[in-house]
Amino acid sequence: MNRYVIRYYFTEGFRGIFLHAFSSFAAVGVITACLLIMGSFTLVAVNVQAMITELEQSSEIVIDIDEALTDALARSVGSRISEIDNVQRAEFVSREDTYNSYREKMGEVLMQGILPDTFWHKYKVYLVDVQYVDDTAEKLRGLSGVADVRIEREVLNSLVSIRQVVQMVSLVLIVSLLIVSLFIMQNTIKLATFERREEIAIMRVVGATKGFIRWPFVIEGFILGLLAGILAYFTQVFAYDRFGAALDEVQLTPFSELWLPVLAVFVLTGFLVGIFGSVMTIRKYLRA
Amino acid sequence: MTLRIDDGEFVFLVGPSGSGKSTIIKLLTSEIRPSEGKVMVNGYNINTIKPSAVPMLRRTLGVIFQDFRLIEKKNIFENVAFAMRAVGASPREVKARVPYVLDLVGLSHKARRRPFELSGGEQQRVAIARALINNPMVIIADEPTGNLDPARSLEIMTLLERINALGTTVLAVTHERELVNRFAKRVIAIDGGRIVSDKQGGYFTSGPAARQ
Repeated sequence: MNRYVIRYYFTEGFRGIFLHAFSSFAAVGVITACLLIMGSFTLVAVNVQAMITELEQSSEIVIDIDEALTDALARSVGSRISEIDNVQRAEFVSREDTYNSYREKMGEVLMQGILPDTFWHKYKVYLVDVQYVDDTAEKLRGLSGVADVRIEREVLNSLVSIRQVVQMVSLVLIVSLLIVSLFIMQNTIKLATFERREEIAIMRVVGATKGFIRWPFVIEGFILGLLAGILAYFTQVFAYDRFGAALDEVQLTPFSELWLPVLAVFVLTGFLVGIFGSVMTIRKYLRA
Repeated sequence: MTLRIDDGEFVFLVGPSGSGKSTIIKLLTSEIRPSEGKVMVNGYNINTIKPSAVPMLRRTLGVIFQDFRLIEKKNIFENVAFAMRAVGASPREVKARVPYVLDLVGLSHKARRRPFELSGGEQQRVAIARALINNPMVIIADEPTGNLDPARSLEIMTLLERINALGTTVLAVTHERELVNRFAKRVIAIDGGRIVSDKQGGYFTSGPAARQ
C-alpha cells in the first residue's frame, strides 16, 4: 500500500463525512449519547461498588469463644481465624471490653451485680467478600474453641443483592447500548455507500480491489466513532463534576482516579463501534 | 456457443433484446460465472477465477455503458482520473496520463467542466477516456450509442475505430444496423443464446436477428 493510496483513503474518508454531514452529525450525536449513558451507569456502578466495599469492610461476623477457655487460649484462637480464606482481619474483644461497653451504654445502676465473667470472649471478624459469608461462617464454626458464630445476615444479604442488581443493570445497559451504537453506525455507513453507489460501481468496473473500496468507509466510521468517544468523554467529565457537586452527603470517587479508564473505554468503544459498524456494512454491500 | 475474439479485432455483437448480449458481457467481466462450458478472457479462466483476481481481470478491460455512468459531482478530469486512482496510481501518473487520454478523445479543452455541461456525445467520449485510462487490452462497449443521435453515434464509433487502430481490441454491442453497416467489421449476431451469424463486414444478412 503506497502513501498515495493511504492519503486517498483518508481524503475520501473525510470527504464522506462532509458529503452527508447531517447523518454524520446524527451518528456522532447518538453514539455520544449511548456512550454517555453507558459511562454514567458504569460510574454509578463503580461508586456503588466502592460504597458497598466500604460497608462490607465494616460488616462483621461475631464469634463467641467457649467460656471454658482461659484468656490465653481464647486469644490464641485469633491466629487460626486469620488463616481462614476470606477473612480480612479478626479483632479480639475481651469479656472486660464487652462489660465496659455495656456499662457505658446502660449505666452503672443496671449493671449492678453483673460481673465481667458473665460475658464471653469474642472475635469480630471482617470479611474480604461478604458474598461467601456462609462458607466462611461454616469454617469458623469448625474451629475448636468457637462456641457460636453470629451473622448480621440481613445487612450482608442486602449488600450482596444491591451489588448484583447494579452489576446486572449496568451489564444489560452496556450491551444494549453497544448494539444501538453499532446499528446507528451501520446505518450511517449504509447511507454513505448509498450516496456513493455510482462511484463504487465504477470502481468495481475499472478493477478496484474490495479493500480499496472498503477502506475510505472504514476510515469514515473510525473518525466518527473516535469523535463520539472524545466528545462523550468531555461531556462525562463535566456531568460527573456537576453531579458530584450537587450531592451533599455522598462522597463520589474522585474523577482523577477514574479519568484514564473512562477515556480509554470511551475512545476504544467509539473506535470499535466505528470500525465494526462500517466493516460489517460495506462487507455486506460488496458481497451483494 | 463457441466464440473467439483475437487481439486487435473490432467486433460488433448484435442481437435482439434477451438474446444473451448482456450475459456475454457479464461473463467477460466476471460479474457472473458460466454454469457450463469455458470462458477465457485475457488469460483469465472465468470458470475458476478467484474473487481476489477479478479486479486484476477487470483492469485489462475498459467498459463503456449506454448511460455513460459519469459522476456528476466530479469534473471531467476527475471522472477520468478517478478510474486511475481506483487502481492505485500516483497523483504524478494521473497528472501525466489524463490530459493525454482526454486529448485522444478530443476533450482536453473541457477538462474542468462537469458532466451536465457536456452534450451526450461528449459525455460518452469522457466514458471512453475513462475506459482507456488504465490502458486496457479490450474495450467492451455496451450499446455506446444508444442515447445518441446518428451524427454523435457515428462520431463515437469512429473514435472506437481509432482506438482499435492503436491496437486495443474492441467489442461493441449495438442495435444500430446503419451504424454497423457503415463500418466493415466482424459482426457476430446472437439469438436465444446461440450464434446465428458470424461474418466479416456484414450485418443481419439472414436469420432471426435480421428481422430486428
